[in-house]
Amino acid sequence: MAQYFTLSDYSMSLPIILLTLFALDILLIDLWIPIDRKWFNAVTAFVGVLVSAAAVYLRIQRPLDAAGLPAQTAFMNAMLLDHFAIYFWYLFLAGAAIAILMSVRYLEIEHEHHGEFYALILFSVVGMMCMAAGIDIVLIFIGLELMAISTYVLVGFLRTDRRSNEAALKYLLLGAFSSGIFAYGLSLFYGLTGSTNLVVIQNRLAREMAGQAHANPIAVIALLTTATGLFFKIAAVPFHQWAPDAYEGAPTSMTGFMSVAVKAAAWAMLLRILIWGLAPLRPVYVPLLVFVSIATMTGANLAALTQNNLKRLLAYSSIAHVGYMLLGLVAGDAHSPMADGIKGILIYLLVYTFMNLGAFAVITSLRQREVIGDELDDIAGLYSRAPTEAVLMLIFLLSLAGIPPLAGFYGKYFIFLSLIESKHYVLASLAVLYAVFGLYYYMKIANAMFMREALDKTRLPISLGMRTALWISAFATLVIGIYPEPFIRAVNWSLGIAQVGPVASLVR
Amino acid sequence: MVPLSYYLVLSGILFACGVLGFLIKRNIITIFMSIELMLNGVNLSFVAFAAQWHALSGQVFVFFVMVVAAAESAVGLAIIIAVYRTRQTLNVDQINLLKL
Repeated sequence: MAQYFTLSDYSMSLPIILLTLFALDILLIDLWIPIDRKWFNAVTAFVGVLVSAAAVYLRIQRPLDAAGLPAQTAFMNAMLLDHFAIYFWYLFLAGAAIAILMSVRYLEIEHEHHGEFYALILFSVVGMMCMAAGIDIVLIFIGLELMAISTYVLVGFLRTDRRSNEAALKYLLLGAFSSGIFAYGLSLFYGLTGSTNLVVIQNRLAREMAGQAHANPIAVIALLTTATGLFFKIAAVPFHQWAPDAYEGAPTSMTGFMSVAVKAAAWAMLLRILIWGLAPLRPVYVPLLVFVSIATMTGANLAALTQNNLKRLLAYSSIAHVGYMLLGLVAGDAHSPMADGIKGILIYLLVYTFMNLGAFAVITSLRQREVIGDELDDIAGLYSRAPTEAVLMLIFLLSLAGIPPLAGFYGKYFIFLSLIESKHYVLASLAVLYAVFGLYYYMKIANAMFMREALDKTRLPISLGMRTALWISAFATLVIGIYPEPFIRAVNWSLGIAQVGPVASLVR
Repeated sequence: MVPLSYYLVLSGILFACGVLGFLIKRNIITIFMSIELMLNGVNLSFVAFAAQWHALSGQVFVFFVMVVAAAESAVGLAIIIAVYRTRQTLNVDQINLLKL
């Protein structure tokens, strides 16, 4: 009898297995920890993330590089461990680590400091890892659901809070609905090709499409349903309605985590499916992407203008960023010479992780015993209450707006560059226009922080974990902005682009 | 033997019923059941295609969809109970604290 799983399969998935073990360990140990020592769970979770990152490096990245292989498959070709997957794994782990640091004091204030919170964060990272490494739709779907179900619970973690409840309910209903649509699209692709493996799907679709002027109508329906599911997951207009509600109601540290890691995972899945699996259908889905990205930029930027709730404002801002990233996909795919668009998306996701988590860290620290602290009025006069945090927040906001010496600039730069290179001049100018537009609502927050009087003039206490999270995010935002070369190299490496030039040579 | 298209039409109808129910129903439990209906449409389509292609992977997918649906209902019902405890209603129109 053939052996299905070998030791090397388990060795390849060691980071995932370790994270699962740490999460189970937290669930178990939590029972013995008294209520005032719950921070210990956060320490365990943080160590788990570090151990998992070490395992990614030692067990996967180094052996791959040593053997000179571009990729390795595991679990009967269900999992593809290439540089793309490794890049995203690091990204998820970094996002989870910062989110854990942010959560400790927040959960204490909310009186909901349970070990399950950290265990669920780790479980959702396990799901994300399966999504980024999955090359089989079965694995991608399970990873997606593992991530999503963990996130539903995390959004509703403040059980007695009516807003948290409502957010969880809306997220659950729309998330499950979109998973259903997504799975239906996958079933049609399975029917067209007879395989659940994305590579096989791509080959058979290409063979079927060859010599035909128009795509098979079933393939178009399958593409539409699959893409709808994917757009729901990355929260693109018109499938974005869940995002502002879920982001506003969720515990603030969780909102930060959702807007970076969960979103990055959805992007990894989207790129895997659209670029690896459905590449033959690219002529069909590019017009769709153009429409969705214009709608997303317009809708989100307009809606963000009138927001007075900080979490909601940043939710709309994160939707707007999805609009810019989608343009990168319009511009090019990894197998063509114009891979700059995909490169732009990966850099964007990297810098977005740090700058957005930083901004959410500041908002999280506004939560006090008596103050919910997510309205624009609550951040007013922050400069007099916590000068360092106010300046860091300004850095994050400027970076989100894409001001040059900061990290956010490079995300936008590569995407706009790729648009111009692929001769999408109208789209490029539209995107630049919206980016300028976005400056207004970011500056609204900055204006409140520096120009307005604080309602509550007491000094804002910042916990050690929060301070660490803030400084890591600020450091990364500044370093990527000032010296982006190693990060661009990392992105090139993750896409397997051999020729690596200095940044200057990219401006032709 | 029943031709493939019959199964596909049935699965499409099941799926459409689920989508329709999700959009027009106002009770959370009913909406939740509509989502299960959608997933059953997906399952039927996978099984039909698996039989057509004589490939097992489609049937394996169905098992996982069923597991996922069960996990989702466990979590979903827990959230619905939490919502009910804080609001004493299961009508989605009255769960409207968060809006523009």
